[in-house]
Order: sequence, then C-alpha cells, then structure tokens
Amino acid sequence: MEFFKIRRDIPFMRHALVLNGISLITFLAAVFFLFSRGLHLSVEFTGGTLMEVGYSQSADLSAIRSTVDALGIKDVQVQNFGTAQDVLIRMPAQKGGTAGQQSETVLAALKAADPSANLRRTEFVGPQVGDELATDGLKALAFVVVGIMLYLAVRFEWKFAVAAIIANLHDVVIILGFFAYFQWEFSLPVLAAVLAVLGYSVNESVVIFDRIRENFRRYRKMNTVEIIDNAITSTISRTIITHGCTQLMVLSMLLFGGATLHYFALALTIGILFGIYSSVFVAAAIAMWLGITREDLIKGQVKKETDPNDPNDGAQV
Amino acid sequence: MNRYSLWKYAILLVAVLIGGLYALPNMFGESPAVQVSVAKASLKLDLGTVTRVQEALKAANINPEIVSLDGNSIKARFASTDIQLKAKDAISQALNPDAANPSFVVALNLLSRSPAWLSSLHASPMYLGLDLRGGVHFMLQVDMQAALSKKAESLAGDLRSAMREKSIRHGGISRNGQTVEIRLRDAAMVESAKRLMQDQFPDLVVAENVDAGETKLVASIQAVAARKVQEQALKQNITTLHNRINELGVAEPVIQQQGLDRIVVQLPGVQDTAKAKDILGRTATLEIRMVEDGAEARAAETGTGPVPLGAERFLERNGAPVIVKKQVILTGENLTDAQPGFDSQTQEAAVHLTLDAKGARIFRDVTRESVGKRMAILLFEKGKGEVVTAPVIRSEIGGGRVQISGRMTTMEAADTALLLRAGSLAAPMEIIEERTIGPSLGAENIAKGFNSVTWGFAAVAVFMCLYYLLFGVISSVALAVNLLLLVAVLSMLQATLTLPGMAAMALVLGMAIDANVLINERVREELRNGAAPQAAIHAGYDRAWATILDSNVTTLIAGLALLAFGSGPVRGFAVVHCLGILTSMFSGVFFSRGVVNFWYGRQKKLKSVSIGTVWRPDGGSGTALSVDGEQ
Repeated sequence: MEFFKIRRDIPFMRHALVLNGISLITFLAAVFFLFSRGLHLSVEFTGGTLMEVGYSQSADLSAIRSTVDALGIKDVQVQNFGTAQDVLIRMPAQKGGTAGQQSETVLAALKAADPSANLRRTEFVGPQVGDELATDGLKALAFVVVGIMLYLAVRFEWKFAVAAIIANLHDVVIILGFFAYFQWEFSLPVLAAVLAVLGYSVNESVVIFDRIRENFRRYRKMNTVEIIDNAITSTISRTIITHGCTQLMVLSMLLFGGATLHYFALALTIGILFGIYSSVFVAAAIAMWLGITREDLIKGQVKKETDPNDPNDGAQV
Repeated sequence: MNRYSLWKYAILLVAVLIGGLYALPNMFGESPAVQVSVAKASLKLDLGTVTRVQEALKAANINPEIVSLDGNSIKARFASTDIQLKAKDAISQALNPDAANPSFVVALNLLSRSPAWLSSLHASPMYLGLDLRGGVHFMLQVDMQAALSKKAESLAGDLRSAMREKSIRHGGISRNGQTVEIRLRDAAMVESAKRLMQDQFPDLVVAENVDAGETKLVASIQAVAARKVQEQALKQNITTLHNRINELGVAEPVIQQQGLDRIVVQLPGVQDTAKAKDILGRTATLEIRMVEDGAEARAAETGTGPVPLGAERFLERNGAPVIVKKQVILTGENLTDAQPGFDSQTQEAAVHLTLDAKGARIFRDVTRESVGKRMAILLFEKGKGEVVTAPVIRSEIGGGRVQISGRMTTMEAADTALLLRAGSLAAPMEIIEERTIGPSLGAENIAKGFNSVTWGFAAVAVFMCLYYLLFGVISSVALAVNLLLLVAVLSMLQATLTLPGMAAMALVLGMAIDANVLINERVREELRNGAAPQAAIHAGYDRAWATILDSNVTTLIAGLALLAFGSGPVRGFAVVHCLGILTSMFSGVFFSRGVVNFWYGRQKKLKSVSIGTVWRPDGGSGTALSVDGEQ
C-alpha cells in the first residue's frame, strides 16, 4: 500500500500567506473566546466539591438540583456523567471550614430523596490548592516552552526555535479556544494533554526542520522555498501516518475511556489535527520569513561537509 | 552491514526476558486477602501469630489459599470476597479478644495471585492508584503559624520564670503574634535581660526599642529554630496520624509529607470517609495524675474491692490495672517534648520529658511532696484513657526536665516517647483536598484504561502490518515489546498506576510508533531512489535516528515539566509518559533493528524487502508484496 503517490514537490510555500492568514484568524478567534467566555475550569482549579452519584435508574436531574438547593448551597451544577444513571454534582468552595463535610450532608439528603443513590466518587479541593495548581500549570508551560526553545536553538538555530514555538503555542491556544468556545471542562488531565501535545507537535516541526537541513546540504542549487517544499513533501507521508496512528490510539480512548478520559482525548484530537497543520504550514513558513539560509545551518560543520555520504552527517548529540 | 554482534542480540534477549519476567505478575490478577499487622509498636509478629491465624481459620472452617508472614504483616489469601469477610471476622476475634483494645490490625486487602517463585524474585504487579482500586485521599495542611505561636507562648513562659530566678525586674512579658515582648525600665535590667537571653535562649533574636524612657525588647524566633519547630510539628503530626490510622484497619496506608507544611494520607479500600475524617481530626490529650495507693486501691486493682472515691481505674499498656486519682496535675499542653535516651549514670533506657515553665513549676511542687509515690501519665483518645507509664518519683524534680527510667527496654522507651509526643497534634490541621473513589468505579476505570490500550494497540498494529507488511509486523512486535518493557519498569519501580497513567500508556504507544514510521518511510524512500535493499535498510535506520532522537527529546522535555510541576493525576500521567518515551527509544530503534538484522542481515544477496509498495514517480513501481533491489 502507498497512500502518497506524489510526483512533484507540492508548492506549500506558495500559499504560505493564505494558509497563515487562516491560522491567524483561527488563533485570534481562539483568543477572543478565551477572553469572552473564559475556560470552564474544573474544581481542581477553582476549589470546591465534586460528587459523582450513581442511581439504579435514570436520574432525575431537576429533583436532585432542588434537593441540593434546599440545603442552602449556592451555584450548584448538576449534570449527567457518562450515562443517564450517573450524576455529577459540582459545588463551589463554601466559606468556612465545613467544606470537607459538605459531600456527606449532600449525600445524606440525596439518599433520603432516593435510597438507590450511591456515592461513586467525591473530590474536595480547597481554594488554596486550586490557585497553586493554576500557577504550577503555567510554570510547567513556561518550562516546556523554554526547554524546547533552548534545545532547538542548540540543535538547529534560533530561527527554527522561534518558528517551532510560535507554531506550537498557536496549537495550544487553539485547543484552549475550543475548550472556551464549547465550555468543555478544563481539568488537570486536560492540562497534561495540552502539554503532551506541545511536546508532540514540536516533533513534527523537528522532523521537517531536520529534512530542511539535510536538503540544504544535499541540493546546493535549490533556493530556500524549493528546499522547504521538498522537505515537507518528502516527509508528508510520515507526518500523516504517524499522526494517524496516534489518532487511532486517541480514538480508542475516546471510545473506550469513558467520561473521565473524554476531554483528555478530545484535547489530544484537536492538538493532533492542528499539530499537523501548524507544523506543515506555520512553522516552516515562519522559519522562511525569519530568513533561514544555508549558511545558518551549515556553519561550523565544514568538516562534515566533506563527507556527504556519512549517514550520520549532521547528527550531533 | 546489517548485522548485530552476538552480544547485542544477547542484550536484546536478556532485556525482553527480564521485561517479561517482571511484567508477568500483572497477568495473574489479585485475590481478596486479609492482612494482619500490629497495632502497637511494642508487639511483634512471629511464626506463633501465623499459627494462631491458621488455627483461627481452621476453627471457622475456612480454607485459605495461602498464609504467609511477610516482613511486618501476615497475609492470608482467599478464593472469594465472601470467604474473605468471614475470615476477617474469625481472625479478628481470635487475635483481638478485647475489641475495645485491639493489639492487631486486621484489614481487608488484595493480594497478587502470582506464584511464589515470582514473588521471591521481588516481581510484583504494578501498584494501583486510588482511582483504580477505590479508597480515600486526603491532603492536610498543617497550620504552622499556630505551631510557631505555641512555641512563642511557651518561650514567653520560660522567659518569665528565668527572669524571676535571676531577679530581673520587668514591666511585663507578653506574646505578640510570634514574638515575645519584654518591657523594662532600668538600663541595668535591660543589660542583664539581654545577657540572660543570650545565654539561655539561643533560639531567640532580640531587637531593642526605646520609647519614652521604657525599653521594649522584642524577641523573635530565629529562622533556623523556626524551621526546626515546623519540621518537628510536621513529624509529630505524621506520627499521630499513623497511630490513629492503625485503628481504622487499613492494609496499606500512605502517610507522606508533601512540601513543607502538608501531609498526604491515602487509605486504599476505605469507603467510610466520615469515620476516616473523624479519626484523622481527633485530638488526643495527655494527663499526668497521681496513683492512688491506699489499701482500698490495692483491692480495687486486683478486682476484689470497689474503686475508691475520687479515683478511677485504668489499664496499663500491658493490661495491668492501675488506680489513679481523678485530680489532674498537668496536661499535654505543658509537655513540650519527649525523647527516648539513656540514664546518664546507670545507662538504663529512659524517656526524657521536657516541660514548659508552668509545667516545671507545678511538677517541682508535686514531686517535692510525693517522693516515693507513683505518678501516672495517661493518654486519652476518643474519651478512652490508657496509662502510658506509671513511674515512682525518686526525688524532687525541678527545672522542667524529667527522666523516666527503670525496667524499660530501649524499644519500650522509644514507644513511650512516641506515644507521649503523639498525645496531641503539634499544630492544628485542615483538610484542603479530599478524593473518594468507590470500589466499583475503580474496577470500571481499570476496564476502561485496559480497553483503550488494547483496542488502540490492535488498530495501530493491524494498520502497520497492512501498510508495511513484514516491516509493519516487526514494528508491531517492537511496539508490543515497548508495552512489555514499560509495564515491567513500572512494576519494578512499584510506581503507582492511575487512570491518567493508563491514558499516558495508550498515548505513548501511539507516539512510539512514530519512530518505526520514520524508519520505514526512510527505507522506502531509499529504495525509491534506487538503493540496494541492504543499503536501504542501513541508511533508513541511520538517517532516521537523528530525527527520532530530536523528537523524543522534545517530547521528554514536556514530560519532565509535567513531572516537575504536576501533582496528583498529572504526576501519574507524567511518570508513565517519560518512562514510555525512554523504553520506546530502546524498542523502536534498537530492538526493531535487531529483528530486521536477524531476518535480512545474513542474506548476502538480498533481492527484495517486504515493506509494502515502493511507488516510483517514473512509473516503475514495485510489486505489491516486495520490491526488487538492484544489485
């Protein structure tokens, strides 16, 4: 089997401006939704109590809501979780030290209303922990960005590092934009997925950059645009197949992983799709506009240049 | 060119064998079990206890699959949960005749069904996190400010009595937050007060404030001393929690320090959060009282007479009754420390107590009047009192340093000191995070995680085999080896597997296939450009390596960030993610190359490689199954 029977290099860079325009619009839309709607943060970040309650029959959400309201707890969210029998109840952090007891009072009230109610899971997070998690998440993001940039700058060149990071942060913002637009719940596993996607889609850029470097060395007569087009064309089959395989795994999580892994898998799916797009169209184009040249990549490697047949040519660890 | 030396094959074989061996225990699953451990540090488990457990089971007509003594616990495995519950009751009745005062913790647990020879190799299954096995997780924050205020309060008291001893006149000593303020009028007094604090209170830093003829000395606790107070407070709270959780009968509780002022408590299998919370938050109190030793009391001790008026009957830890007066001399609040040690003259094991100034004064007065009599130190928990120790007063004790010695082993001294310290929490704690997972949800989560990994793996493997033929099969085998090694490493490290961890496992497999796709695509490309099959394989692997390394490093950076800054579920994800990337480098590159070399490397005149269609733009496409190489 061969899905990719490409006769000539595809002129990706000819349309770079249009494609990046689309990218920019998506990005701005994501930023707009992030600010206008905000993320629907899980209790892990906001602090509060979360209860998953199972019933023997389909749960009556409005009855549950009124039972909880009767306890005098404000701003309660009640929704189905996974199946019709399972209910997720979210309560914001209450003032006073009794927050830890909240789940017990609520459960007692629910049991009184319907004896089949059984507690499957509770989670209580104090507000101080929530703030910390948010700052830790930002720290982790900063660490990844700086770490990847440093690595790419050492391994390639600063222009590549900047291009890769812009392209992939734009992925991250777009994932967050989706979560803001649809008001999907942003929880800790989703944060983990977002950071994993960041590391993963940088791979994509790295593969293309690797090829660009190799091409600069191999095809002395091509200009930068041709070299980039060739690099993307010759790696496109690998890009699609790899992402397809990862997506198969993620799809399996989406289908079999249940409600807990749902948003995690969803974040990965968006990340993988936009990862392809941004690596192919955005990263390479930005690198081009930043003005990468043959000299940028080949300087300091004069000795190696004399041996173009060395398969490890250009590899440095 | 495509050959591995024998030792490389040997490494591969050994790695896969060891991986298989350590991954194996996960295949057997777990059986319900009852776990017995000691509730009191002075008791020891031995073969005698094992026999008692076996006899108890025999008497109840229960056949355990296995009963074994393993370090600090006895574990008995049963065929079903029903038998397990019956067995728990039987064992509990046999070992703890007095239910109110249990000597052993009898808890329900799950035990791996893996055979004994695997366990003897220390090959045990992965440790399942709370979200997979059910249980309770608490994070408690220790109020360090309160601990420091308490310390300042006791230092203020100490200062007051030290100044009285040195006849330093002052205009009042008071605690203000975490500082102690001393007002003095006389310059000479200021000097001597400063000298006193320098000599006797090295933990305090003094600042001087002169205001309208009055000098105010503000003493604050030094940073080093403050840190020590906080460390001790945390350590003491952890000890106290340990003692309390023992009562809950939890098989494998986790009580850990997290950061500077937090304690994480995980109780696998516990469903009754209300009770757990109640026990964690309970405060125990310590009381020092005099022992009543009239003739009436003697009779009451042996059980032949009534307990005299104004006295109570308590049991010592060894079960001997003691009649104690109702009047409380001192409480735990006056006890600042208790440490095991030795008598400086007799070298006997001893417990050294430190009392605060108020305690020391009362203690001196009481001991002066009651030389030769016994005093009892009682620990009250849940309203139930127990005599920790009841020593005889040998002489008047001043200065607040008390030594209890005589007829004690070092072990007993350590236990007593621990109990005395554990008597009260050093600083109040607050639950700031709580998670409860029901057991049915845990089992569902395992199934969900397992299905995600299995179906995802199957889909990827089928696709790879169809698209790349033999190379696809090899890639799939390499992916399977990756999974095997990952499970083996997780089992060896006894890392905690959570649902996000299982998600990471699925994700890392999806990412790991990237290495093989890169290699296979590269080999195809070399073939397309007209390279000979052997050369194409060689070049494919070598050229792909640099790229694989780069992309794995960037993924690893993200993984490490999650590990460094993540907490809870994210950490479980990150551990599996990072380990998976490392094992994928081994299996995806080294292992798959080994198989390819083994298969193709020996053929000198290799004509074709089974890697699927190698399409050529000039129309000279290879056959569907293989491509002819140009020799």
